[in-house]
Amino acid sequence: MNALRKIAVPLSAMVVFLLLWEVLVWANGWPNFVMASPSDLPPAYTRYWELFLSGSWQTLWRTMVGLALAVVFGIVLGMIMGFSRLAREALYPLLVGFNAVPKATVVPIIALLFIGQHDLNTILMAFMISFFPIAVSISIGLSTLEPEYRDILRSLGASNTTIFWKIALPKTLPEFFGALKVSVTLAFIGTNLMEIVSPHGRGLGALFDSGRTNADYPLMFAVLIALAVLGIALFYVVVALEKIFAGWAERAPG
Amino acid sequence: MSLPISLEHVTHAYSTAAGPLPVLKDLSIDMPEGSFTAVVGPSGCGKSTLTRLIAGLMKPDQGIVRLGGAPVTGPRSTVGMAFQNPVLLEWRTILQNVMLPLEIVSTSMSKTQQQDRARELLALVGLEGFEDKKPSELSGGMRQRASLCRSIVHRPEVLILDEPFGALDAFTREDLWQTMHELRAKEQFTCVLITHDLRESVFLSDRTVVFSARPAFAQRVVEIDMGGRRTLDDLYAPRAVELLAVLRREIQVAQGRDVDPPAASPVPVPGVANRPVEHVAATAQDPSTEAPR
Repeated sequence: MNALRKIAVPLSAMVVFLLLWEVLVWANGWPNFVMASPSDLPPAYTRYWELFLSGSWQTLWRTMVGLALAVVFGIVLGMIMGFSRLAREALYPLLVGFNAVPKATVVPIIALLFIGQHDLNTILMAFMISFFPIAVSISIGLSTLEPEYRDILRSLGASNTTIFWKIALPKTLPEFFGALKVSVTLAFIGTNLMEIVSPHGRGLGALFDSGRTNADYPLMFAVLIALAVLGIALFYVVVALEKIFAGWAERAPG
Repeated sequence: MSLPISLEHVTHAYSTAAGPLPVLKDLSIDMPEGSFTAVVGPSGCGKSTLTRLIAGLMKPDQGIVRLGGAPVTGPRSTVGMAFQNPVLLEWRTILQNVMLPLEIVSTSMSKTQQQDRARELLALVGLEGFEDKKPSELSGGMRQRASLCRSIVHRPEVLILDEPFGALDAFTREDLWQTMHELRAKEQFTCVLITHDLRESVFLSDRTVVFSARPAFAQRVVEIDMGGRRTLDDLYAPRAVELLAVLRREIQVAQGRDVDPPAASPVPVPGVANRPVEHVAATAQDPSTEAPR
């Protein structure tokens, strides 16, 4: 019953959403070039299914690699900022400034910097846009560790490394996964920015762009839906990981 | 095994933006092997600093802290600590929490022996059957019991308790006092208890040290001559009432409040080491040493 509900409720919400979308387009009598309706999408998928499969794979693996880099870099940076006040004071303004720059403006810079390296550029973009939340969450988690937690181990002569593995890291995991959920979607944005903007791009972003240049509007909307599906899938992978590694932080309701 | 603790002319100051803030001034205390010493005093008088010095988490500016005759140079595995906040690790079960020190301190115990040791202690404090629960499933008092178990699981020679019962309701606190007596009967350690509760110090300690306002020195040491195991009824015995009155007066002196003339205080109590009387007078009359509140 509960399992059924867990699937049925979000699924029916999606159906309702698609219905409303269909009705909106139909009621306004919009042609395809204003807004395609859900019923236009299946033909687009059947016609280009090979492109969708290869494009999704391209987008997915680049996003994952970028995200993995962001996780590693974010954790290291977060540790440095979490343990050293000097590093925190020095790096915070720099990081905030970096994050405030709209990433769309960075796309041409990167594209020129590594001309033709489309894979590298895309991964770099996904990485740059998604490491910030991770670094901030880890640094805050570590710097707000109550001193008593440290003292119970330190008074026994434990090293800083032991304190990190036994207490600081596990205690920061809930914050880390919260940030990772944000980062997953951000990484997708980064990948697609590069795929759409850079010439001769690949992946779903490039498919979107070809829909635009060929005035194939249903294809553009079909790509958006495909991206949403990928995003949802990756998001729930993170949720599953969170359940495994930081499930203790979840309290029973009531 | 337990070790005597001694502090010899310990002076310590924290450096703050407004210059050095002296917290301890020429503090000397002797705590015999296996004894239970309570430390009471005005808020912010440096009691917690004392615990960090004994634990080796800090070094005093001047003076020496000794455990079993040897100067404390850093943290050591023969110390156990418990705080007002039980600081249990939420992702571990109660049993795993209690076993944490055994993972740090190298022991010759096998995993099974470690578990048996932890279970034995949990049973002793009344947490039998809760070994596999998470801390979030336990009440505040139960968490503090688990925290006490963790502080002694590695058989420390010195146990440092920094207001472990401070955040509990009155009934739970009294329950835990009795648990503390039971632990003391079973385990061997020299114990230092920081507290704000004078009844607690009379119920638990062999001797209570009253700290002056900051910078703190041992304003008075009161021997609590009430025998070993105590019951809550003992707290209402005439002797306990006398000791409480003495302690209360000392705290008022430490806070720099107006003190009733000595005649109004109970009859002088024999057995009370009335060390620095001259300090008492000075503190009471000098308005510049009034305790910050």
